[in-house]
Amino acid sequence: MNGWSHHLIIAPILIPLVAAAILVVIDERQRVTKAMVSLVSMLLLLTVAFILFRIESGPNGYEGVYLLGNWSAPFGIVLVLDGLSALMLLLTASVAVAALVYSLARWHAMGSHFHSMFQLLLMGVNGAFLTGDLFNLFVFFEVMLAASYGLLLHGSGQLRVKAGMHYIAVNLAAALLFLIGVSLIYGTAGTLNMADLAARIPDMEADRRMLMEAGAGVLGIAFLIKAGMWPLCFWLPTAYSAASAPVAGVFAILSKLGIYVILRLTMLLFDNGPSAGFGSTVLLYGGMATLIFGTIGILASQALGRLAGFSVLVSSGTLLMVLGINDGAVSSGALLYLVSSTLTISAFFMLIELVERSQDAGANVLAVTMEAYGDADEDEPEEGDGVTMPGTMAILGTCFAMCGILLSGLPPLSGFIAKFAMLSAMMGTGAIGVPPTAPVWTLIILVILSGVAALISMTRVGIRTFWTSLEGVVPRVLVIEIVPVMFLLALTLFLTVQANSAMQYMDTTIRTLSNPSLYIDAVRNATVVPGVDDGTGGGH
Amino acid sequence: MEIILSIAIGVMTSCGVWLILRPRTYQVIIGLSLLSYAVNLFIFSVGGVKTNVPPILSEGGGHDLLADPVPQALVLTAIVIGFATTALFLVVLLASRGMTGTDHVDGRGEKR
Repeated sequence: MNGWSHHLIIAPILIPLVAAAILVVIDERQRVTKAMVSLVSMLLLLTVAFILFRIESGPNGYEGVYLLGNWSAPFGIVLVLDGLSALMLLLTASVAVAALVYSLARWHAMGSHFHSMFQLLLMGVNGAFLTGDLFNLFVFFEVMLAASYGLLLHGSGQLRVKAGMHYIAVNLAAALLFLIGVSLIYGTAGTLNMADLAARIPDMEADRRMLMEAGAGVLGIAFLIKAGMWPLCFWLPTAYSAASAPVAGVFAILSKLGIYVILRLTMLLFDNGPSAGFGSTVLLYGGMATLIFGTIGILASQALGRLAGFSVLVSSGTLLMVLGINDGAVSSGALLYLVSSTLTISAFFMLIELVERSQDAGANVLAVTMEAYGDADEDEPEEGDGVTMPGTMAILGTCFAMCGILLSGLPPLSGFIAKFAMLSAMMGTGAIGVPPTAPVWTLIILVILSGVAALISMTRVGIRTFWTSLEGVVPRVLVIEIVPVMFLLALTLFLTVQANSAMQYMDTTIRTLSNPSLYIDAVRNATVVPGVDDGTGGGH
Repeated sequence: MEIILSIAIGVMTSCGVWLILRPRTYQVIIGLSLLSYAVNLFIFSVGGVKTNVPPILSEGGGHDLLADPVPQALVLTAIVIGFATTALFLVVLLASRGMTGTDHVDGRGEKR
């Protein structure tokens, strides 16, 4: 990567930042202008993410180190683009573009500053994926969280304010834990640059190491709260089901952000030396507990929103368990699962609102659940203008069935391929060829059971929604509401068809990740741009 | 010096933890503020407690004449972010109070 394309690395942070700044000053009444600015920024972001992904999936890996302010690595702040972050950027952009288009039907007009907050959320998420520095990770995390607080409350209503209050309190406490962890690591290792940290940790003295591991543990809790590991996850289903549909759709990526950071840090920092494999037992058993909790939750939920919320937990639990095993072949299957499940859950959150529109709010089972978790007095937005989708129930039903197949991991869609890749690697038929141990058998059984639970639950809800007598009115669904859902589901279809090349990409990514010296060398050897050493920009 | 700092951090943390477990929203927000003060002091202290030393390496001066500047920069960022998010939480708290008529964290309890 050289020339102008080198600067593309920072574009996923700058584009939403600039768009958000422009959007703040545009008057709230000029909805069309706001929507256009937001949409243009989103499409730019998708293009940039795609170009970065293409560059990264090319022959040469780690050249995407960007020195901010032209300061060399341990002193300045770096952005690092590798296979994993490029993949996550593309996933974020795809989910976000779908959620944004969906929101244009009516949700974006339900309160002020929707578009600004949406862009800032993307800035925070993209920054967190790209940063190579722990403190900057904190800053981007906070940007993302602050925007997510606003987005969760978007549309207002008593239920959202209550869920939002819990969400904010939990995340403020998590941010404090984050700070404690970061400062402990700085106090013991003397650096916050991830590459520098990874190089120093294997040779650390024993007394410092203990404190450093304590710091890393505290830091890990902050991310596990975000990822929703049991018992840190009770806020998640309520918050996600209370959020408005497009917001919940984009929130599907936030829990994966927690998973991403844990994956990145464990593979980078605790690869070798006396601290190797730090925390993997916690991840393994915590993931199991999360998966069990999520499965029970799925079986128990009557409301579709909570069902989707617990699906997030199932997905997180599966991924955390796999991180706990820390085996290359299983991890690459898990990456595919991460992509597939994020797309599915995001599509499902948006689909739910369309499906529920057909149900009479007063006369269904939802009322009971709603009563248990708060008053069902959320204000429904007024119907938008636009082209209505013909054959609504048929299309909604097909999308719903696809979501069910993807969530439960049945063939032929990508949910099955991802689970198959993980399970076959666990059973030892994959690249490693080691016969599974007792925890791994438990894990295999749990993954299969969670799929069965998802299938039972989705079938039950599907029958109740689509096969009932036609008392409920056929919902009025706009084209721009159903197209984003279909777009996300089409992406999973694409993943299914292109499963071979997708798996190859995941394999390469995991293989690069499991060799941290590549990352460390790339960051350490990144050279400053010569000729701009005029006293303001640094250099040597 | 170190002992006073540690006691201050410990007392504030324990008060903060007790307060965020209380059922009234006002107690929760005060607890979060106390916790963030404790964390800020903690970040400040990981660079080593030194008095009367500038955070800039002077010419000919050794490491003893230097206070670590990084924790100072970190704590500044943490203070700003903590302040902003606490202010935001306060707004949500007031909105919840207005909607439910009670300051219980779950919106339950007797109306006042």
